[in-house]
Amino acid sequence: MTEMATLTPVLTDNWDVARAWTLASYEQGGGYGALEKALGMAPDTVIAAVKDSGLRGRGGAGFPTGLKWGFIPQDNPKPKYLVVNADESEPGTCKDTPLMMASPHTLVEGVIISSYAIRANTAFIYVRGEILHVVRRLHRAVQEAYLAGHLGKNIHGSGYDLDLIVHAGAGAYICGEETALLDSLEGRRGQPRLRPPFPAVAGLYASPTVINNVESIASVPSIIEHGAEWFSSMGTERSKGYGIFSLSGHVTRPGQYEAPLGITLRTLIDLAGGMREGHELKFWTPGGSSTPMLTAEHLDVPLDFEAIGAAGSMLGTRALQLFDETTCIVRAVLRWTEFYKHESCGKCTPCREGTWWLVQTLTKIEKGIGTPADIKEDLDQLLDQCDNILGRSFCALADGATSPISSSIEYFRDEYLAHAEHGGCPFDPAASTVFAPVGAHT
Amino acid sequence: MIERAYDDATWAELEEIAARYPQKRSGLLPMLHLVQSVEGRVTPEGIEACAEILDISAAEVSGVATFYTMYKRKPVGDYHVGVCTNTLCAVLGGDLIFERLKEHLDVGNDETTVPEGDGKSVTLEHIECNAACDYAPMMTVNWEFMDNMTPESATRLVDDLREGKEVRSTRGPRVVTWREAERVIAGFSDGLADEGPAAGPASLVGLEIARANDWIAPDARGDKQ
Repeated sequence: MTEMATLTPVLTDNWDVARAWTLASYEQGGGYGALEKALGMAPDTVIAAVKDSGLRGRGGAGFPTGLKWGFIPQDNPKPKYLVVNADESEPGTCKDTPLMMASPHTLVEGVIISSYAIRANTAFIYVRGEILHVVRRLHRAVQEAYLAGHLGKNIHGSGYDLDLIVHAGAGAYICGEETALLDSLEGRRGQPRLRPPFPAVAGLYASPTVINNVESIASVPSIIEHGAEWFSSMGTERSKGYGIFSLSGHVTRPGQYEAPLGITLRTLIDLAGGMREGHELKFWTPGGSSTPMLTAEHLDVPLDFEAIGAAGSMLGTRALQLFDETTCIVRAVLRWTEFYKHESCGKCTPCREGTWWLVQTLTKIEKGIGTPADIKEDLDQLLDQCDNILGRSFCALADGATSPISSSIEYFRDEYLAHAEHGGCPFDPAASTVFAPVGAHT
Repeated sequence: MIERAYDDATWAELEEIAARYPQKRSGLLPMLHLVQSVEGRVTPEGIEACAEILDISAAEVSGVATFYTMYKRKPVGDYHVGVCTNTLCAVLGGDLIFERLKEHLDVGNDETTVPEGDGKSVTLEHIECNAACDYAPMMTVNWEFMDNMTPESATRLVDDLREGKEVRSTRGPRVVTWREAERVIAGFSDGLADEGPAAGPASLVGLEIARANDWIAPDARGDKQ
């Protein structure tokens, strides 16, 4: 038995094939073979395979996918629904979008198998509206799948029926939160719901609903095709399988790297040709801006749910945003905080008012208003505000808003204070740009 | 233009959207996109039309229309130009690009240029993370990707748009107008799905390294390669 390959293309494997997005190209590569196999299995056997594979949700939370499917009460007489969360909006996250653009049929095949497993006859792909070409490719793929008999009535002669509706959103980060997404899909303002009841019991139209991320659903055909054991042969003890790691920022070759869970950032940066020439890593997010930032001391932490959790953060969506020493931490954190303030849906007071206060305090610090002693008080106030926001709202947006602040104060407190000493930001923003001369420093 | 909002063809299309769903109110978001494609913004007439078809109040429709950032109450130009200024793109150059464009076009955020002669109008807006961080700094034109931008390429882009020259997305088709794009988002095909590549260069870097090293996932028999 030889060693596991460093990168393991499965979902990305056909992205370099000519016209990969078409049905003809997808079927040429064996596409919809897993569907044929699944339709010959009992639905509960499909659920068991996904459970046994150890697949955990790829949208950030990491909840076991098969377990979620098992929560659907099959004795409930209401229709069951599958909803794919394709509202990819977490800052730094850019994996589902290229997947749907290059190979929308991987997702469509996953939707059909997953819907069959949970016994849904209607499924939805809720895609964010701001990625027009992805919307086009999804619509076309669904149309092709209907024409080929992969969707509609009596799929592959199995007696199973499924309709799949592509639904474009209208610009709201909060709709990536699953219950806000459901309200939005019902034609309402996208605001989170109080749980319980959970969507598995009362989701879309108050009916049993499974909501899964694009990458989770797109992983299902490979599990059915190759088996649960194959999938779980990759990854770590409790974080099984492969995943797409998205590198962005001050790295030589940003892009998508598909690898077993547990790869380290050090390995990924090496593959990506290192940090940009003449610079070094200062801070990074493991899974989007809502996951507490880490530093160069965490380069060897395995990128899986457990190890990143133990390091004080979360694996999230494997959105690895890398920043070098030219980047001002206060500027970065303020911008993220402005984002959370803008995207707060306004339902819960701690989030609606709290994110507003966070922006006020951070803006004052960024401008260097006050003495170092004043800024120390501001930092205490910021942490106090975070304490009053964290865990006090319906959904995780508010919690996410506190992550960049509390983690950056932990690692870069002195840099906040330097803004008072300097009477403003001590960094040159031009040095951080990709069009700055090589080797430019602050 | 009440007549356009209420002509039979548009009315039928609004009803057609509502009919796609198990419960018709689910059609509201795409219906509002269609209203924008017909009228260039969400109008009171469009709100009334959605309310009547869905059998809900105009206030309920209005509440939805004001919640989402893609819906515009002011007329949008021929082209909507977005500049990502969320942290990563901002740091990598998005802030400079946005400043340069405001100056070059002499407009503020969410404002529209006044076209000269036969020229086209452009609405400039800074946008949040648009899921293309590996192509930072990124922009959008009518929600098509414009990757790896610089202040120079950004000013050239808006000049080309204003002059009516053909502009192509770096990972998609030739850019259509904002109204045409809104119609696609509402679920009506423009036949352009087959244009552009499967993936841009950054989407393929990992795959290329895997190919060069002969790295593959374990095969179906469970043997490790």
